Amino acid sequence: MSETLLDIRGLKTHFHTFGGLVKAVDGVSFQVDKGEVVGLVGESGGGKSVIGFSILRLIDPPGRIEAGEIIFDGEDLTKKSEEELRTVRGGEIAMVFQDPMTSLNPVYTIGRQMDEMLQLHTDLDASARRKRCIRMLEDVGISEAESRLDAYPHQFSGGMRQRVVIAIALLAGSRLIIADEPTTALDVTVQSQILKLMRRQIAERGAAMILVTHDLAIVSEMADRVVVLYCGKVVERGRTEDVISHPAHPYTRGLLDSIPRIADRQRRLQQIPGMVPDIRKLGEGCSFRDRCSRAQPLCAEKTPELLPVRHSLDAACHYPLNEAEA
Amino acid sequence: MTTPVLEVRNLVKTFHVGGGLFERLRFEKGRFSAPQKILRAVNGVSLSIAPGEVMALVGESGCGKSTVAKTIARIYEPTSGEIRIDGEDVSHLASRQMRPVRRKLQMIFQDPYASLDPRQRVKDIVIEPRRAQAGRAMSRKSLEDEAVALLARVGLNAEQANRYPHQFSGGQRQRIGIARALSVRPKLIIADEPVSALDVSIQAQILNLMMDLRDEFGLSYLFVSHDLSVVHHIADRIGVMYLGFMVETASRDQLFSRPKHPYTKALLSAAPTIDKALRKPEIEIAGEVPSALRLPQGCCFRTRCPFAFDRCAVERPALRQQPDGSSVACHLSESTA
Amino acid sequence: MTRLLSSEFFYNYRRNLPAMLGSMLLLFFALMALLGPSIVAQNPYDVSKLELMDSFKPPIWLEGGDSRYLLGTDGQGRDVLASIVYGARISAFIGLTAMAFSCLIGTTLGLLSGYYGGTVDNVIMRVADIQLSFPSMLIALFLMSAFGTGIVMVLIALTAVGWVVYARTVRGSTLSEIQKEYIQAARVAGLGNLQIIVRHVLPNVLTPLIVVSTIQVGTFILIEASLSFLGVGVPITEPSLGLLVKEGFDVLFSGIWWTSAFPGLFIMFLVFGINLFGDFLRDELNPRLR
Repeated sequence: MSETLLDIRGLKTHFHTFGGLVKAVDGVSFQVDKGEVVGLVGESGGGKSVIGFSILRLIDPPGRIEAGEIIFDGEDLTKKSEEELRTVRGGEIAMVFQDPMTSLNPVYTIGRQMDEMLQLHTDLDASARRKRCIRMLEDVGISEAESRLDAYPHQFSGGMRQRVVIAIALLAGSRLIIADEPTTALDVTVQSQILKLMRRQIAERGAAMILVTHDLAIVSEMADRVVVLYCGKVVERGRTEDVISHPAHPYTRGLLDSIPRIADRQRRLQQIPGMVPDIRKLGEGCSFRDRCSRAQPLCAEKTPELLPVRHSLDAACHYPLNEAEA
Repeated sequence: MTTPVLEVRNLVKTFHVGGGLFERLRFEKGRFSAPQKILRAVNGVSLSIAPGEVMALVGESGCGKSTVAKTIARIYEPTSGEIRIDGEDVSHLASRQMRPVRRKLQMIFQDPYASLDPRQRVKDIVIEPRRAQAGRAMSRKSLEDEAVALLARVGLNAEQANRYPHQFSGGQRQRIGIARALSVRPKLIIADEPVSALDVSIQAQILNLMMDLRDEFGLSYLFVSHDLSVVHHIADRIGVMYLGFMVETASRDQLFSRPKHPYTKALLSAAPTIDKALRKPEIEIAGEVPSALRLPQGCCFRTRCPFAFDRCAVERPALRQQPDGSSVACHLSESTA
Repeated sequence: MTRLLSSEFFYNYRRNLPAMLGSMLLLFFALMALLGPSIVAQNPYDVSKLELMDSFKPPIWLEGGDSRYLLGTDGQGRDVLASIVYGARISAFIGLTAMAFSCLIGTTLGLLSGYYGGTVDNVIMRVADIQLSFPSMLIALFLMSAFGTGIVMVLIALTAVGWVVYARTVRGSTLSEIQKEYIQAARVAGLGNLQIIVRHVLPNVLTPLIVVSTIQVGTFILIEASLSFLGVGVPITEPSLGLLVKEGFDVLFSGIWWTSAFPGLFIMFLVFGINLFGDFLRDELNPRLR
């Protein structure tokens, strides 16, 4: 039985904006086990990035975590002081962003930034730290690591920078890496290198990862389990194979059908009609109902709860697809 | 044989980078100099598109695919080479002489936010190319009617015509961009990454719309994209670009079932997919794309190619036609052909 | 109006105390300049209304103050408050007109410079650089002393000093706007350069112009006041606030402080109000700072 590393229960992160209350994350629950990759997928406005920031309590006003527990290794992060959180951020839990430039400081060399991380989280001496940095750069596939330590971030290409960010996360011995669209800014050939690298390093170190992405294809190749988000709520979650091959929620089905398939070319793509509703104006009922072909009167009256459907799948739908339909 | 809507021969586009004279000015060894840095974005690309055909250009960032598109649309001036629209060479036309050509050639842009003027009403945006053609010959009323009709065709209603772009979602904005391109009933639409900024479910809507419009108006598309599954869905023929060179052109089925250039193979195997059956043993290519400021000698791909041999460093392979109708620029394909 | 009141702009405005204060000051001064002449009892430049007997009366709260003259009188028996009201009109007229002229010239040059680049850009911007390497007061002083004084000359001098700020701002915004795809789209639509500049670039560089213009009015009022104080500004027949300060300055050290202090305070609060409001506009309208 695998151990739970992170357990998020009923997380609500709301933004009090001029235009109204934005319930960006509205009652999200999921778990991450040790050594596991969990994919958070959904379209823009789904709330997937906000979850990542909420875990580290990096939500600035007008946003606020309104409710919920974020239990990391037995301790509730929502109850920790700002002081205690600082050792968690970048240490126990690291973040990798879409744009690596935002996490690297342009005025310091790569070596100095890596060294800083080791100073903070280990008590090695300077030469041991340097050795460790060099080995780590080699581990993430950067050649001539020794000379690269003295280079500045702008001297690196996008893919190389992302490797450095990952190296820093791994150096700190993070047990959970939150990767927010880590390869969206990269080219496919580089993307596949980085994804493979992340997979391998995580497996080797027994760390866990939350992979936030809009790309179902990446999730299907990388993640052990998938959490599908729509309008701030979990609409479906389960093991990757089950979600990808026989999803229970019509939204997941729609997302999968929207992707052009090379194996099975259709003249027209299946499309989800309409667009994501204004998240400030959601009332009672299923937020997907206006775009859903299976919607019934009940869908407008009652918000569906996330319930087990079959196998590993939980879905928030009054009329989930059965295995044959999916 | 019918005249191709678009025929491009040996298109070359270079950019001078490094700023103006003052920024480049150096004082070395007792004399002044102002060295030019030249970015070779497109290095002799040829292609042709038949009426009603969809040709796609794929490749990674910096491969020059967007530059090809924008040079054909004459947003950039071609450095050399020939661009024929409907048989007429337009590569040397001044911008005033280009105006009649723009009736045949329109463009859809990548960024649905930046490609619409935030200060204009949607009805004025969609009718702009039409108005530029008609001059004062069309009344305000008839222009407005046409704008509403165009918006209706792409799925937006008349009351939305008076709104400003920021009141629309990304997908709707892209529809507005499509309506604008459609306003002069062009023969060819150049689409530069038209769906890459959109969510998947919206992407499918836009791709379907583009396919419907092609059937309805007999359009040809030059479709630029980095996404192979999108390209597979929409294109009849595909050109693969790398570092400003065309490395392979083939029909869709040929390219996806029998890719010939090592780069094409790598690209195909690197793309993530949800179809397990399609996951192939990957062709590892190491490293990243070299800088277009310093092109490698010989074959552009040899620095990353797992099959590179001596000849690749010396001689640049030409794009040669293969027996099955596709074209490849690789020394390996020459020996087998 | 209801649209304005329910807008985000107004929402932020109501939460910004300095902005409220600034705009209240501005509103007060604007009303005063507009309606003032019909409220104050005396037209200070109508010689028939002046009583030499009433000269150098202190403000009413001091001993010897006269209830007709709230802020006291000057050496000719002119009501200081009335002088300020009339002076403010002249200062405001100069500030606003100079702003309009320099905005027109600076914007045009900035658009051309940013859009065409190359030689046009180099020439315009080098002239701007040279001009910016001198203090604007110095340039204005030089122009005034070389070509004479008077309101028209003040306007010319202020415009000559002020266009640079506009040209630079507009050039900067133009450079960032012409990178955007909607400009390329306009080119593909078949529009000529002039059409693109007028229809697409200009409307999109207006926002920073509003901010600059607000601040510039304050700057112009200050420069004009300084010029007049130095005696090379407006003529004595049309005294602006700066000239009032100068007039009063001559008798300041004989204990008659109110004739220069009140116009001086007035200038300070006016420019303070303009700047507070200008800062708010800048924060509101500049998306980068949000």
